[in-house]
Amino acid sequence: MEMPRIIGAGLVVIGAGIGIGKIGAAALEGMARQPEQFGKLQTAMLIAAALVEGLAFAALFAS
Amino acid sequence: MLKRVILVVGFLSSFSLSFAQHDAAEVPVKHETAAVEAPVSEAEKEKAENQEYIRHHLLDAHSFDIMKTKSGKHIGFSLPVIFYDKANGFHSMMSSAFHHNENGVVESKGSYYKLHHEKIYKTDASGTITEDEHHHATNEKMLDLSITKGVLMILITGLLMLWIFGSMARNYKKSLVPKGAARLFEPLVIYIRDEIAKPNIGPKYKKYMNYLLTVFFFILFLNIFGLLPFGINVTGNIAITAALAVLTFIITQFTANGNYWKHIFWMPGLPVLMKIVMIPIEIIGLFIKPFALLMRLFANMSAGHIVVMSLIAMIYYFKNVIAGVAFPFLTFVIYLLEVLVAFLQAYIFTMLSAVYFGMANEEHHHEEAHH
Repeated sequence: MEMPRIIGAGLVVIGAGIGIGKIGAAALEGMARQPEQFGKLQTAMLIAAALVEGLAFAALFAS
Repeated sequence: MLKRVILVVGFLSSFSLSFAQHDAAEVPVKHETAAVEAPVSEAEKEKAENQEYIRHHLLDAHSFDIMKTKSGKHIGFSLPVIFYDKANGFHSMMSSAFHHNENGVVESKGSYYKLHHEKIYKTDASGTITEDEHHHATNEKMLDLSITKGVLMILITGLLMLWIFGSMARNYKKSLVPKGAARLFEPLVIYIRDEIAKPNIGPKYKKYMNYLLTVFFFILFLNIFGLLPFGINVTGNIAITAALAVLTFIITQFTANGNYWKHIFWMPGLPVLMKIVMIPIEIIGLFIKPFALLMRLFANMSAGHIVVMSLIAMIYYFKNVIAGVAFPFLTFVIYLLEVLVAFLQAYIFTMLSAVYFGMANEEHHHEEAHH
């Protein structure tokens, strides 16, 4: 595998990691403030994480 | 608890059983990517073999291979091959006919055909395949309508769904309380109606419930079947996910009300110059949304399968006992993640389809700023 491909794949993973990390942090903070909304927050977090991961996987496949 | 752990690890090691038979076999098959650098050392040859095996699991094939024994014999069954030649018409045969002579050539209605990398080409009696500089074959390709592994899996899943949901629907005539397997599916159906369809689509959700339910259970069953041992990977095939995304696209466009088209082509509330600039952007967005659906499902499923199989193949790379014990545990954890991803991807596809249907059916409720 050539060098630009490897660097590109690494950048994609960094982007996905940061994105999902921020989503998780926001969800956790919301759950800490209002523990009774746990279910809804968890669902929203999983949906947003799946969207970000979809992009990341598609880019990984292309590289 | 211990018994369950042993059962699950034993279940996982049935994956490595198929790898064992393959590794004891002979020289790896030379194909277009191997032509880049010929594998030289023993480790590289094994890596090429493992990669070829993983590719073979992910892609569609004309026969259902279970494993290859040490003596090189294939265990599995062959599937019907049906194709259309513009010169002769339809031909049909079993795929084992392609392996009868050493060239792999089949003669039917006077012409010769050969199966090369799971595609059917028209050749001469000795089976020559001419290749161009990218190692793609330049023979004439036939229109392939065979019952391949993927088609067989879809047929099985379709019949299974008809059986399960048909009998569920018939039982509802007798009593409202479900019995047996319907107890598993009724909460899922109600969840799709109350959490996915009603909030996103609004009052007209009943029109779309058929499609949403079908798509959810179809993708769910196909994902789960792809994960089982001796399972066939269908949702990791970009053609299948493309077909589902095209269906969502067609249903969105054909059941949209005028408000939707107005919002794409002449959106209210913007100055005229901005409207003209936004038109191409909205049209591109129209096509990108189903394309993202397709890529998401395909990439998630394929990546999951590749990761699980690569981890098991790493055992044959290290070749010691510690690796043989540690890797199945690691694979077990990743496998659980894959089951979660199977459910999640079915849910996301259905939910995003519901969101698109809801956007297509929005009523006009903006208030223009009156001066």
